[in-house]
Amino acid sequence: MDKSVVKHKVGFWDVVKSLVSGAKLTLQHFLHADKRRKPMYISDENYFEQQEGLVTLTYPYEALPVPDKGRYRLHNEIDDCIVCDLCAKICPVNCITIESVKATEDIGVTSDGTKKRLYAPTFDIDMAKCCYCGLCTTVCPTDCLTMTPVYDFPEVDIKNMVYHFTDLTPEQADEKKQLLEKQQEEMAAAKAAALAARKQQG
Amino acid sequence: MALLAFVLTISLMLLIVIVVVYAERKVAAFMQDRLGPTEAGPYGTLQPLLDVLKLLQKEDIIPAAADKKMFAVAPILIFAAVFAGFAVIPLSPSLVPAGVGIGVFYLLAIISLDVIGLLMAGWGSNNKYAMLGAMRSVAQIVSYEIPAGLALLSVVMICQSLDFQEISYQQGVLMNLFPGLEQEQNWLFGLKALGFETTTVGGLTTWNIFRAPILLVAFVIYFIASLAECNRAPFDIPEAESELVAGFHVEYSGFRFATFFLAEYAMMVLVCLVAVILFLGSWNTPLPNFGPLALANWTTGTPGGMASVLWGGFWLISKTLVLLFVQLWARWTYPRLRVDQLMHLCWKVLTPIAIGLVLLAGIWRLLMV
Ligand code: SF4
Ligand code: SF4
Repeated sequence: MDKSVVKHKVGFWDVVKSLVSGAKLTLQHFLHADKRRKPMYISDENYFEQQEGLVTLTYPYEALPVPDKGRYRLHNEIDDCIVCDLCAKICPVNCITIESVKATEDIGVTSDGTKKRLYAPTFDIDMAKCCYCGLCTTVCPTDCLTMTPVYDFPEVDIKNMVYHFTDLTPEQADEKKQLLEKQQEEMAAAKAAALAARKQQG
Repeated sequence: MALLAFVLTISLMLLIVIVVVYAERKVAAFMQDRLGPTEAGPYGTLQPLLDVLKLLQKEDIIPAAADKKMFAVAPILIFAAVFAGFAVIPLSPSLVPAGVGIGVFYLLAIISLDVIGLLMAGWGSNNKYAMLGAMRSVAQIVSYEIPAGLALLSVVMICQSLDFQEISYQQGVLMNLFPGLEQEQNWLFGLKALGFETTTVGGLTTWNIFRAPILLVAFVIYFIASLAECNRAPFDIPEAESELVAGFHVEYSGFRFATFFLAEYAMMVLVCLVAVILFLGSWNTPLPNFGPLALANWTTGTPGGMASVLWGGFWLISKTLVLLFVQLWARWTYPRLRVDQLMHLCWKVLTPIAIGLVLLAGIWRLLMV
């Protein structure tokens, strides 16, 4: 190592020299204030080449690009959801609330061919509680719960942070529930009738 | 006329202060590769104005254990002291709010009152940080008044006058128009022996730092001491954000804090104005006359005319802004000194050099006539 770097310099001219070099440094930065760092993605080959200029990012007006497959806000494609409740069970912060109602009729299949048997009158994810761990997306059997590259979604009212993904209106949900009740009553009645018939026989 | 001068001075002062506050934030930001204020007004230009408005709306808190009278009077006293200093500053060849013959002396005296205000604020707050800040501040300002005063004394000896306006006239092509200076002559570097007369050349050659080059050293000493006198970095130990929070004004809020804030920046402006007037040619143009190319005459005007007022104000203020930029530049470059280093610099370096300068200035004056 160069000895002169370590040597303690105290002479008058050394002090002046160091004052001048400090002043030069800040002046250089001041003079380069007309340049700005461009918001570019890390894979850009100039990413580490931007040594000069202001580094501040005026965020709402400009933003650093995020990866195409950024894993931020959750999204549920409810058409493909089989309401299996796996995501709600694995969530470490319990921010997914699912209520399920058995379908009385055939409600079709998901895009990967899984048969749907349940309606979801409630499918809420509280984004304010979510820690974006992504566990729910890995357990989802139909890959309908995914993370999107959207990361800026503040709300004035915290209630709006609860995202509702259900495709049923409350009326429709009530209707489905009544249908299910009716079907269950009918089935119970049929069962009772069958039981009575068997008793009579026996 | 007196009222007009008062209004003119206070509005000019507030305008420059606002510009300096804005410049401070922008310069600091640029030197640290940041953007500074951008949202309030175009490029954030309304930021200082809005800051002051915000401060005026805030509650005026007076601590229960404070010495209420002292606490209340201190900011006003400081502001009054600084503002009174502006009264003797000549703005152009024919415009000076109060043309007293002993301006330099008056200015030094009135600015010293500042110290009493600081001590009142620190003592009255009944807060240990404020007290420490005030103590440091007083020790620092009183010490640095000595090299600053000696540096100014050498100018006074060279110019043989305590009148700011007379000193201003001496540093330009208009010298012989000042009553009492009709027969005076300026020589290059103040050396008559060189035989090069600059009375009609004007411009840079007649600025005090060229009339008597030793004043260049005096200028540097005065500038360093003036940084310490207005508690600016690298001599900001009285305010030392990181150790004393804000020093003597830690307990102040609202309007009273705004007054401190304005006084601090007004003080910066004032010391720079004084440096410009005494060393850098006052309201005189930096452009000299080259034979038929009478640049100095063209950029000066004749005293009494509108042109001279505008040119005078323009040169004075632009030179002041340059010095203010140097102050900001120093603040955002150098780290704060320790108390012992501060005192070492003042008593063992600046003061002896300044005393030597006073002696040399006397000898130089003999060479000038
Ligand atoms: S990302 Fe993690 S915290 Fe958020 S909902 Fe899914 S499992 Fe729960
Ligand atoms: S794991 Fe997937 S399919 Fe199952 S309930 Fe959650 S989102 Fe729907």
